[in-house]
Amino acid sequence: MNWLPPNGALDGVTLDHLLRWNLDAVFWLFVAAQALLVAALVWRLRASPAREATASRPGTRFFVGEMLVLLAITGLYIAMDFTGHQLWAARREAGPAEHPVQVEVTGVQFQWYFRYPGADGMYGRVRPALVSAPNGNPLGLDPGDPHGQDDVVSSILVLPAGRPVNLRLRSQDVIHGFFVPGMRLKQDAIPGMIGHLQFTPTVPGEYVILCSQVCGLGHARMQARLRVVPQADYDRWIAGREKSLLASGDRP
Amino acid sequence: MPATFTRHQVETERRDTGYGGKPPVDRRPTGGGGGDENWDSRPSGRRGPREQLLRFRLAMFSGLAGDFVFFAVLVSAFFVHPNSGHISPADLFVSDWHPMQAPPILWINTAILLLSTLTIEVARRQLFHEIDIMEEWLGLGRPAVRRAAPWLLATIVLGILFLAGQWIAWQQLAHEGFFFSSNPNSHFFYLVTGTHAFHLFLGIGALLFAFVAMFRLRKVELRQIAVDCTAWYWHAMTLFWVFLFVLIVFFQ
Amino acid sequence: MRTPSASAPTNFLRRRIFTTNHRQLAILYLFLGLAAVMTGTLLSLLIRLHRTWPTLALPFYGIPKPEDYLALVTMHGTLMVFFVLTVVPQSAFPNLVLPAQIGATRMAFPRLNAAAFWITLASFMTLLSAFFVPQGAPISGWTSYPPFSELAAAGPGQGSGMDLWIVAIALFCLAAVTGSVNFLVTILRLRCPGMTFGRLPLTVWSWLVSSGLTVIAFSALLAAAAMLLADRHCGTSFFLPSGEVLNGIVQRPGSGSPMLWLHLFWFFGHPEVYISILPGMGLTSSILANFTRRSVPAYGLMVASTLLIGVLGLGVWGHHLFVSGMNPYAGTAFGLTTIAIAVPSSAEVLTWLAMLFRGRLQAATPLLFTMGFLSFFISGGLTGPILAQPALDAYLHNTFFVVAHFHLVMAMAGVFSAFAGIYYWYPLLTGRRLNEMLGQIHFWISLVAAYGTFFPMHLAGLAGEPRHYAQLTGPVTAFANLLPVERGITWSAFLLAAAQIVFLINLFRSARHGAHVDANPWRATTLEWSGVLHPIVRNGPYIYGPGASPQQDFLPQATTSEPATRSS
Ligand code: HEA
Ligand code: HEA
Ligand code: CUA
Ligand SMILES: [Cu+2]
Repeated sequence: MNWLPPNGALDGVTLDHLLRWNLDAVFWLFVAAQALLVAALVWRLRASPAREATASRPGTRFFVGEMLVLLAITGLYIAMDFTGHQLWAARREAGPAEHPVQVEVTGVQFQWYFRYPGADGMYGRVRPALVSAPNGNPLGLDPGDPHGQDDVVSSILVLPAGRPVNLRLRSQDVIHGFFVPGMRLKQDAIPGMIGHLQFTPTVPGEYVILCSQVCGLGHARMQARLRVVPQADYDRWIAGREKSLLASGDRP
Repeated sequence: MPATFTRHQVETERRDTGYGGKPPVDRRPTGGGGGDENWDSRPSGRRGPREQLLRFRLAMFSGLAGDFVFFAVLVSAFFVHPNSGHISPADLFVSDWHPMQAPPILWINTAILLLSTLTIEVARRQLFHEIDIMEEWLGLGRPAVRRAAPWLLATIVLGILFLAGQWIAWQQLAHEGFFFSSNPNSHFFYLVTGTHAFHLFLGIGALLFAFVAMFRLRKVELRQIAVDCTAWYWHAMTLFWVFLFVLIVFFQ
Repeated sequence: MRTPSASAPTNFLRRRIFTTNHRQLAILYLFLGLAAVMTGTLLSLLIRLHRTWPTLALPFYGIPKPEDYLALVTMHGTLMVFFVLTVVPQSAFPNLVLPAQIGATRMAFPRLNAAAFWITLASFMTLLSAFFVPQGAPISGWTSYPPFSELAAAGPGQGSGMDLWIVAIALFCLAAVTGSVNFLVTILRLRCPGMTFGRLPLTVWSWLVSSGLTVIAFSALLAAAAMLLADRHCGTSFFLPSGEVLNGIVQRPGSGSPMLWLHLFWFFGHPEVYISILPGMGLTSSILANFTRRSVPAYGLMVASTLLIGVLGLGVWGHHLFVSGMNPYAGTAFGLTTIAIAVPSSAEVLTWLAMLFRGRLQAATPLLFTMGFLSFFISGGLTGPILAQPALDAYLHNTFFVVAHFHLVMAMAGVFSAFAGIYYWYPLLTGRRLNEMLGQIHFWISLVAAYGTFFPMHLAGLAGEPRHYAQLTGPVTAFANLLPVERGITWSAFLLAAAQIVFLINLFRSARHGAHVDANPWRATTLEWSGVLHPIVRNGPYIYGPGASPQQDFLPQATTSEPATRSS
């Protein structure tokens, strides 16, 4: 269990909890079953011919017994699924939170880009035709769109601790898998679709962002950094980015 | 290497007795049913003259089941498409799903195809007409074949007419600048109709084969099989077409 | 006594190669499977080497590039799933014993059956040729998600290599469906007198269900493959969304959705994994009954479970798409159906475990490998209900935890039941037995090495290590701390592969020098051992145990032949 990377998200605690007892339950079932197999090999090989004459047809007791065990195991599965579903419902079936931090995540072979909507809280338009990383416009932001003027594009994801985050998942080319082990977070970024993902980072620190869906020769190095910082630092950082944006003049 | 695969007595006897190969098994196929318990009392051996026929029918039906899945999958594309579109360079959402005005000739084609199932059904029935078949068993001429032949011919003609009709439909659409890849609806249309037309093409091949077979094949049963299986295939294709037709004309 | 060989073709080619005899075809299928599994194993070893020693140069090749690694993984997965675990249990074994087990002397459609083999072979050749085209084999994994698999520009190998892959898969679908139609008809129409459904061996039930699944699942994949090809070459865009920008270049505006492929592929993919394991499950029941000299205690339950698995298996594909952006409520639903399908599987497992304690075990290799199958099916299967929970899968998806899951429950369980079948039916092929000594060595090394290889993968998965990673160390992260584990896995994998050499030696050596055996070496009840050409079945498939019959402790399904009627 201590194999899991340190968790930094609100739901992560619950998830680790569930994963833990699931693994325990399954592990002991596994041990029991293997023990039965070994036992069979050890003892049944040398079963005395005497008791062989008996036990030819299985009685009803046999079936009842088997059904009881089956029932118990089924109960276990249901318990797993039930507890698991509560977390799932909380994470995915719940509506959007109050004033979440909005960030758009875009997967590109082989890079993650993060876009903050800026003061107006609106993402500017993007146009495929305008995409060009060399000219510093990897997302194809449309200069004509006022909403886009204050959009901050970053290659590192910085988030304030303790606030719900609403991610908007996009992909420019192929399917990528947005995977943050430290946040127990994973969802595919599928081209042509907008995915939504909510979570609440709690523990400040550095976390890695990986790509979990094979997307090309650079799949293994398609990695980015998530930095969770106190709200104040976050505000300072975003303000700094805005300033440098204006300093560097309008968008390409 | 294979020389070492020397099987013991019975296994060598289990060597291929070939299909239609001579003795011993062809005389007494080990076929059939097996549903009821009182087999032991029942003298085994050929289980009615229809044994082989049922076998082929079953094969035809399971094959058609797969074919049905095939078409169902193609059609599934239809249901993900209608809400599809793209962002034009001028940044307008352009729906790519241009409802297509199904060329009127499709109605005629459909009528033709429906007619053809009737004709082939008649032909099929002829080959199972008790008295005539009796005569054929006894080798007194081939009344059934003589009765069925014209209907089979009619079916072939109708089938060719249908294909021609489809061709015309494609031409018309092409004239309206509605090409294979001009929009998702069009390539959906061309793909399903094309695939279906290909199936019918094979069907016509089968019809021709059945027609020749009726006169060439010596065994009455084999003649019946040839026509029967072709007929069922043809019915299925008509069914699929009606399905597609309704989809194309009414659900856009 | 008639001499069938009188009419049989004498010429070797006609008799052994271009044959319509299902037993000969079975041998051909086995060799095909053997070729595939050796290639696949070789690839897997290269995979292991590159993961753990990324800078190691291969002889005649040099240091593999990341794309080479992905190509290895893709071809490994494709070969193993299609050409090993579908060909061996679902094509080779039925051809070997299916007609015999239902008291028939032949398949319903021998020519169709033979055609299926040749198409499979063509498919195999097509797939392998992908290695030799410019830019080499495809790299998008055995699931080939578009648009990655759709745009040749998306990466090396996605050009002609990908085309060959698609064509190979399409061919394989054709072959699988053709073969299964033949099996279905054979089972339903060619059963000998007295072989009622209530008396079918469980292997036959499994083949009935898996053939049904094959007809449905592979037809679906065939259509999907056709659509992908059309997308690549006919300008359609079923799977291509709009606004694609691939390394800076705007692609033609598509109007499809990759999700369509995901759903279609897994609608095939999940039934496929059950197709690959169901025959093994049936065989397990038969062998356990035989080697414990006890009846299958819950025949009806086993049949019901098999049917249930077949039906439910068509409705769980969504559990591969929990985090793909599929509607979360759909995720919940698929989680439930997946849990549901775990129940019949568990029922069978429990019955098997119980069977072990009802009689005296006879520690022959078929039993050992069957118990190996049990062990792997349980250890691999148990992680299933964990993955089946969307919430937990959101962490485990596409990590090595999944790789561990399916290598235990599919790869190792499947391969071990394939071994069980071969050790069990070998006398049927050769009239000799595989060497017991070598067999035991093969078993124990394989068992230990398999766990050594695939169990630690759970840990790597829990640590969050994703699949398809050519190297474990990246710019920001480093799974370097996992390197010791990975090295251990690699060593163990080599041991595992080495153990297979023992098997190969045994396989070919025993064909000449193995101990001769009589017609029914395992004292089995099912018809393939009965030595009767035209049996009349009088009793159930698994009547074992003291007092089963006056003379011995088992009662063959059929003892008497019908009176030979006229034969020319
Ligand atoms: C049947 C299925 C099967 C089998 C047997 C194997 C066998 C092995 N696999 Fe396989 N593997 C897959 C199916 C299988 N795999 C699939 C589907 C994937 C996913 C691919 C993808 O993501 O696209 C995968 C991916 C995969 C990965 C993940 C790569 C990645 O994502 O980065 C790794 C890494 O270690 C791996 C390793 C191995 C190893 C070491 C073996 C060793 O066990 C090999 C040893 C070989 C044997 C024990 C078999 C011996 C059998 C016989 C010799 C005879 C059989 C009988 C007859 C034919 C007569 N495999
Ligand atoms: C033969 C193949 C096979 C089999 C049988 C199974 C069986 C099961 N699989 Fe698996 N699965 C695969 C092959 C298989 N799987 C493959 C190849 C993949 C990955 C594909 C890819 O992505 O490349 C996969 C992936 C996969 C996923 C997706 C993971 C992900 O990608 O995120 C899920 C999720 O639900 C899943 C679930 C299950 C379940 C619930 C079962 C159940 O049927 C398991 C039932 C068995 C049991 C539950 C064990 C019962 C044992 C007991 C009850 C013990 C009793 C003990 C005592 C009495 C002491 N599987
Ligand atoms: Cu992006 Cu893998
Ligand atoms: Cu599955």
